[in-house]
Amino acid sequence: MFYRETGQFKQSYAADQAVFPILQDRIGLAIILLVAFVVVPLFGNEFLLASVMVPFLILSLGAIGINILVGYTGLLSLGSAAFMGVGAYSAYKLSTIFPGVNILVWILCSGFFAAGVGVLFGLPSLRIKGFYLAVATLAAQFFLQWCFVRISWLYNDNPSGAIEVPARTLFGIAITGPSATPVTRYLVVLAIVVVMTLLASNIVHGRIGRTWMAVRDMDIAAQLMGIRLLPAKLLAFAVSSFYCGVSGALMVFLWLGAAEPSAFDIKLSFLLLFMVIIGGLGSMIGSFFGAALIHILPIVIRMLPEALGLPIAAATVEHLTYLIVGGLIIFFLIVEPHGLARLWQIAKQKLRVWPFPY
Amino acid sequence: MLYNIFIDPFVQMAQMPDLLVQTLWEGLVSGVLYALIALGFVLIFKASGVFNFAQGIMVVFSALTLVGFYEKFSAYGFSGHTAAFVALILTAGVMFVLAMLIERVVLRPLVNQPDIILFMATFGITYMLIGFGEMVFGGDPKQMIASELFLPSGSVDVEMLGGMVSFQKIDIAAAVIASVMIAGLALFFQKTRIGRALRAVADSHKAALSVGISLNQIWVIVWFAAGLVALVTGIMWGARSDVSFALEIVALKALPVLVLGGLTSVPGAIVGGLIIGIGEKLGEFYWGPLLGGGIESWFAYAIALLFLLYRPQGLFGDKIIERI
Amino acid sequence: MSLKNWLYALSAAASLTLPAVHDAQAEDSIYVPLFTYRTGPFAGSGTPIANGMHDYLTLLNERDGGIGGVKLIVEECETGYDTKKGLECYESVKPKKPVIVNPWSTGITLPLIPKAAVDKIPVLSMAYGLSASAKGDTFPWIFNPPATYWDGFTQILQYIATQEGGGVEKLKGKKIGYIYLDASFGREPLPLIEQLSKELGFEAKLYPVAAADMQNQSSQWLSVRRDKPDYMILYGWGALNATAVKEAVKTNYPMEKFISIWWPSEDDAKGAGDGAKGFKTLNWHAVGADFPLLADIQKHVVDAGKSQVSGKDKVGQVLYNRGIYNSMLIAEAIRKAQEITGNKVVTGEDVRRGLEGLNIDEARLKEIGLEGFTSAVKLSCADHNGHFSTFVQSWNGTTYEKVSDYIAPLSDKVGPLLDADAKAYAEKNAPWPARSEACDAS
Repeated sequence: MFYRETGQFKQSYAADQAVFPILQDRIGLAIILLVAFVVVPLFGNEFLLASVMVPFLILSLGAIGINILVGYTGLLSLGSAAFMGVGAYSAYKLSTIFPGVNILVWILCSGFFAAGVGVLFGLPSLRIKGFYLAVATLAAQFFLQWCFVRISWLYNDNPSGAIEVPARTLFGIAITGPSATPVTRYLVVLAIVVVMTLLASNIVHGRIGRTWMAVRDMDIAAQLMGIRLLPAKLLAFAVSSFYCGVSGALMVFLWLGAAEPSAFDIKLSFLLLFMVIIGGLGSMIGSFFGAALIHILPIVIRMLPEALGLPIAAATVEHLTYLIVGGLIIFFLIVEPHGLARLWQIAKQKLRVWPFPY
Repeated sequence: MLYNIFIDPFVQMAQMPDLLVQTLWEGLVSGVLYALIALGFVLIFKASGVFNFAQGIMVVFSALTLVGFYEKFSAYGFSGHTAAFVALILTAGVMFVLAMLIERVVLRPLVNQPDIILFMATFGITYMLIGFGEMVFGGDPKQMIASELFLPSGSVDVEMLGGMVSFQKIDIAAAVIASVMIAGLALFFQKTRIGRALRAVADSHKAALSVGISLNQIWVIVWFAAGLVALVTGIMWGARSDVSFALEIVALKALPVLVLGGLTSVPGAIVGGLIIGIGEKLGEFYWGPLLGGGIESWFAYAIALLFLLYRPQGLFGDKIIERI
Repeated sequence: MSLKNWLYALSAAASLTLPAVHDAQAEDSIYVPLFTYRTGPFAGSGTPIANGMHDYLTLLNERDGGIGGVKLIVEECETGYDTKKGLECYESVKPKKPVIVNPWSTGITLPLIPKAAVDKIPVLSMAYGLSASAKGDTFPWIFNPPATYWDGFTQILQYIATQEGGGVEKLKGKKIGYIYLDASFGREPLPLIEQLSKELGFEAKLYPVAAADMQNQSSQWLSVRRDKPDYMILYGWGALNATAVKEAVKTNYPMEKFISIWWPSEDDAKGAGDGAKGFKTLNWHAVGADFPLLADIQKHVVDAGKSQVSGKDKVGQVLYNRGIYNSMLIAEAIRKAQEITGNKVVTGEDVRRGLEGLNIDEARLKEIGLEGFTSAVKLSCADHNGHFSTFVQSWNGTTYEKVSDYIAPLSDKVGPLLDADAKAYAEKNAPWPARSEACDAS
């Protein structure tokens, strides 16, 4: 009843090809942007902004990057955390070498470094496939992490061995460093994530995205259709690593504030991959769902006992969190193996025919 | 520089042959142990197409269960070899129950789903095992009950090649037990009825079903076998360091072995394990100092990657045949 | 897949009704959060520390009704030794106005260093974290007593020199191996080693162990066999320590020449059996439960079922006592803060002053019930570390026993490095705020 596209006629090709052809979608989008940009910063407390929303958005961005590679192009990668690290370290180097340039420029530029490294480690993808490729990208993961520890030039010889975020401003307002308020950090991250998501959405819906999906569905067939595999796959690696790199730079600069190489360890690679799988492979919204399930759900579970006034020790809560999150992952997979995004689609379909399902 | 890379390591090898033998031995032992972990992956991957992310935590879980049982027994004054072996059998029982549970709760509802979904499901299993294991056993590191299980300690020192080479008895035991285990499993899968059924399942689920093989039964058996392999791995690695959740990291070592040997090949896991084990020890020992040491973490992957470029499906993996 | 969809998701996530954080700081209580890790790969070290910290503060509540008549609200937050979770803990306790935080992880400490001054919450990173934060002028909010990793390294060197029968000049021509966790913690002493090996004329051999290879050190120990260092120094953590001791035993390395920084526990040495006898570590406090205070903890906390220790024998272990020491610093800092301000309920700012004025002398230690537990602790505005002496303890098969006198660090070597580092940190993180906090003359 509420979500119906009947009566919305398209009178030009441009209208038909719009990213949001349905009126309800556009209204929904406007509402969500309003909530995200106005309501959340106004009413959210610091914890919600700093520990829930900022990490959630940053992880979502990383998940989008991986989704481009895994979900759209069908190349399994376990090196994503290392590419995030490349982004973080290059943003750090750039911003300390050229402190005058705005930090946002460097955060976005850092994506190009990550993309370069990603292409390099993507080269074997032409020959190696599936889980073999996944393990091959682990070489990138471990080698790059070793570099982050060993090459002291990367962290400006800091004795702590970590990259520390200098305080930087935008229009006179601190956006990184200790005095940046969670609201500012949230808004900056949100703006970047919204823009980059729109961009990604456009890429995957366009010619490039279709190329990738053809490669994913069957690369030999795609090749027969005239798609050149090497450029297509390498482009996927580049774009994916670009997103990972930016998200890594955001992670250090706007979320953590300082990072040791272990922040980019293999656990993060796995987590991001799992976000994508549980959220829905080949789905933008899935990346957000997945990040929400894997990042926000444990926080909520951790807070529940305290909110309900149950006297449970912190360690026990942690054990329960693991149990419940693990159980929920299996539950969701059994209910809908194609990820949460698929559940969302089904819900939309139901909404479309409601209240007369026949 | 070139001298350091291409000549000096070999000069060192020739000058100190005893150390070379020792290095090869250490590589062999870790190779066998890597092969053991990889075997756990291969068994499951062959039979159910699942890349089992939970293998690492199964290693921890089984080792903790074993030590946990033994501690409980000791608390009631029942200790020594008998108690240790009772604990061992009980742990095997627990791994069997775990295999049944996984088959019943996770695999059966997810039958016929894409590999990557099953991979994800094992991540859920990992989380549950971490939560459950820590809740039951706590996070304290525990000592592996090595001597109670008749695992020897001490070393055999052999004088040879103008030096001393020392073979740890526990390492010898590990190598022997792992080899026996691998051989036993290989025999089991080659010669028995269940083994043939397993290979049929590995070839094609549907065809196997159509000739009356119970997939569910096979899965329970395979996951149980993987659980046993995890238990042996846990005992061996636990005796080398201690039994704690840090052991989980060890399982990552199986990944380069898997790519190298092929995900579907038992001999591949063994040969891959040996190549990686010996390769990384030689690399670390002779070439590591050039890069400041500590290169072991990625060196194994570099070896694996090189082999992969030559054979994309691993050394012994099934050849990938692609049709339009 | 439309943009709308993901934005829906976003709003759904945003509107997640998080439980309102209730104000824990009632009128008459002091909120002390404890960041602990009883889960994860490092739980073996984290659990006893957590128990020690928790039990001491609980004892104060149970026996004395808090500090100065004000109850402490002690709350644990599980970090799992994970930086991201640790920061989450920090954000979640911040609204409750904690008077102090102890991150118990260098990874968590580093991001908190710049935040501390802004949030007005002092950070106590006891003998870990950033060594340079010993400089109170640059880091007024960070405290890392009683010694830095650099101090520890020079103390080990001096111990080696005394074993060789003399001062540090005896190190000349010696070969000293350094096996360490290949992360910031283990790499921190590298510049010092480089400098000292030149100045004192010893040869340093480095054996890095990657975190992923903690349990797989045979190549490092093979190299040890090849290089035959006269002494080995260990900077490890978690499973690295246990494995290193076992491998050293396997390699037949003489254990009395194997000396570690202060983190190994009983469990780390016990696993290697009799061969580990003689394994040495640094320490700055006693081992064992033979103190009035620990007896009180046994009585009021453990026996009353208010502790999470798994057995009575755990009370008094190295890392348990380290937790006790940590909580003693917290409690004494709060007490000092009450003394300085005259208020019963103190704030983070007060406790910062309390830490700077911290002065636990022998008499006070006796009052606490910890006579002979450790040496006196006195901090100042300029020195947030104290660079106190530590001693060497040796594993005898069941416990660690003290085998050396207190050894002072080579402050003339470490001092300039610390100064340079603090300066470099401030420069690299420019604009680093200059110290604006007044100093209480104490």
